[in-house]
Amino acid sequence: MPQKIHIRLAAHRINPSIAVNRRVPKIFTPGQVITEQNEFMRGHGTYEEEGFLKSSVAGVKEQVNNLISIRPLKSRYNGEVGDVVVGRVTEVQQKRWKVDTNSRLDSVLLLSSVNLPGGELRRRSAEDEHMMRQYLQEGDLISAEVQSVYSDGSLSLHTRSLKYGKLSQGILVKVFPSLIKRSKTHFHNFYVGASIILGNNGFIWIYPTVSNAEDNAGGFVQNLEQVVSRPERETIGRLRNCILALIQSKMMLYDTSILYAFEESQKYSVAELLIPEAMVDVAILTQDRLSMLENS
Amino acid sequence: MALCEAEKTFVLHGVEENFRVDGREREDYRPIELETNIVSHAFGSARLRLANTDVLVAVKIEVDVPYPERPKEGKLEFFVDCSANATPDFEGRGGEDLAIEISNSLSAAYKSPEVFDLTKLCILKGHKCWKIFVDILLLECGGNLYDAVSIAVKAALWDTRIPLVKSVTVDGNNVDMEVSDELHDCQKLDVTAAPIMVTVCKIGEQCIVDPNVAEELCSVGAVVIAVSKDKFSTVLQIGSGSLHPQTLLECLQMGEKVAQRLSEALTETLSEINPNKNQDVGFLK
Repeated sequence: MPQKIHIRLAAHRINPSIAVNRRVPKIFTPGQVITEQNEFMRGHGTYEEEGFLKSSVAGVKEQVNNLISIRPLKSRYNGEVGDVVVGRVTEVQQKRWKVDTNSRLDSVLLLSSVNLPGGELRRRSAEDEHMMRQYLQEGDLISAEVQSVYSDGSLSLHTRSLKYGKLSQGILVKVFPSLIKRSKTHFHNFYVGASIILGNNGFIWIYPTVSNAEDNAGGFVQNLEQVVSRPERETIGRLRNCILALIQSKMMLYDTSILYAFEESQKYSVAELLIPEAMVDVAILTQDRLSMLENS
Repeated sequence: MALCEAEKTFVLHGVEENFRVDGREREDYRPIELETNIVSHAFGSARLRLANTDVLVAVKIEVDVPYPERPKEGKLEFFVDCSANATPDFEGRGGEDLAIEISNSLSAAYKSPEVFDLTKLCILKGHKCWKIFVDILLLECGGNLYDAVSIAVKAALWDTRIPLVKSVTVDGNNVDMEVSDELHDCQKLDVTAAPIMVTVCKIGEQCIVDPNVAEELCSVGAVVIAVSKDKFSTVLQIGSGSLHPQTLLECLQMGEKVAQRLSEALTETLSEINPNKNQDVGFLK
C-alpha cells in the first residue's frame, strides 16, 4: 500500500533545530570583526584588516590560547594524513587514478600505493599499467587513507591495507565533512546487521556486513550476483534515513549517535523517516540519550 | 555523477524487492514543500522543493494581440532556465536541451482547451488578449524534474491574479482599455484541470515513480505522463530505451493513479493557503 503523498506549505515547515535549552554558539559571517584587540594570532578562516581580526568564512570561533580560528560550517574537505576517506574514481591516468573526495582538488591514488589483487609484493609492471581500468574504473567507489598532502592541498591516497579497497554493494550518503566526528576507527560493524564507513571527507558508505572476513584479495572483488536480503536492506535504509535526520539537525556523526538514532527510530517505518517531523523527533530523542550518557 | 556497477545492482535489487534505497515503495513519493506568492513583483509565483530538487516558477502577464487564426484566445508560453547553480553541467549552453524539452512538454500538456481555457484570456476579440509567460528556474536538481516543474507551474498559475479590465473602447484602429485601479480587484485562473506530470521510470522489470538521481541513472527509460483530471493530456518518452507495449500500458496506469493522488494532495495544500495570514517564508529561512 503506497503512502500518502505529503505536500506541505513552507509556512508549516518544522524547525529542525534541537538546541532548545543549550547554548547556541555564535556564528561569525565573512567580514565580521572577531576582536578589536590585536594581541591575538590569526588562524584558519580569519584575516586582518585595519588592525582588526575578521572572519573570512561563516562559522564558529575556536580559540587556543592566543590563536583564533573560525571553523566553517560548510566547507570542502581539508585532508589530513591518516584520515579515512571514501571517494569515487573520476579518471584513469598513467600510473594513477583521480579520485573525487569532496576536496577542492581531485585526489590522487597512485598505482604504486595500492595492493593489487592476488599479489603480495608484486612488482607493478607495464602489464599492470595496462590493466588499471580493470582494477578500478570511472565511477567506482573506494575507501582509502590519506597518505600525504601535496603543497597545493590535493591529497595522495593509499589502499595498502586489507580494510581499504573497492566498495561493493551499498549506499553512499554525502554530508558536510565538519559533521563527522574524528575517532580511533571509522569502520563500524553494527550488531544490527550492517556496517558503515564514516569517511572523514563526509562520504558515508553503508553496506551489509560481510560475515566471514574472507580474503578478497585486497578488496578488489565486487559480488554482483549477491542479492542483499530484505531485512539487511531495511537496516541499511533505516541507517541512511537516520543519518539524514541527524544531519538535518546538525548533529555530529559517530558510531554511538548513529546507533542511538537507529534504536530510537524503531517506532517509525523506514519510509516514514523521510517526513520532517519524524526526522526531528529522532534527532531530539538521540540528543536526549547522548546527553544522558554524558551526564552519567 | 557516475555510479559503479555494484551500486546499480543494489538499487535494482531494491526496486525488485519493492524496497528502495530510502525505504520507499515503488509508488511512493518523497515529501514536497511548496510556497506560493514568493516573488512579490510577479503576478503569481511558486517555489517547490522535492528532496533536493528545487524549482522556482514566476508568472508574468502582458497585453498582446491574439493570433489571427485564433482571435478569441489568449496566449500561454513556457520558458525554462537551467541555472548553473543546479549542476555544473548546465554551465554555458549545457542546460539548453533539457530546458527546451521541459518547456515543449509543458506547452504540449497545456495545449488542449479542456486542460486550460485560453478563451478566458481574451479581452477584445481579435484585438487584445492577455499573454501569460510562465518562467521556470531550476535551482537544484535532485531527480524527478518533470513532476516537480509541473506541480510548481500549477501552483504558480493557481496563485496568478489577472487585473480586472473595467472597460474597453474601440476608436477606429485604436483600442483603449482601462484596468481597475483597485489593487485587489483581480480574477484568478481556473487551474482545476491543469495537468500534473508523472515520470514513470523503468528499472529492471519494474516501474517506479519519483526517482532520485541514483535511480534515474539506473533506469533504462522513462515515460512522462501528463494527466488532467482523469484524462491523459500528453505522453512522452525520455531516454533512449524502448518499451514493450504491455509495459507502456502498465506505466500509463501507474502514472494515472499516482497523478490522481498528487493532484488531491496539491488541492488540499492549496486550500490551506490563507491570503489574510502572513505565511511568507522566502529563501532565507
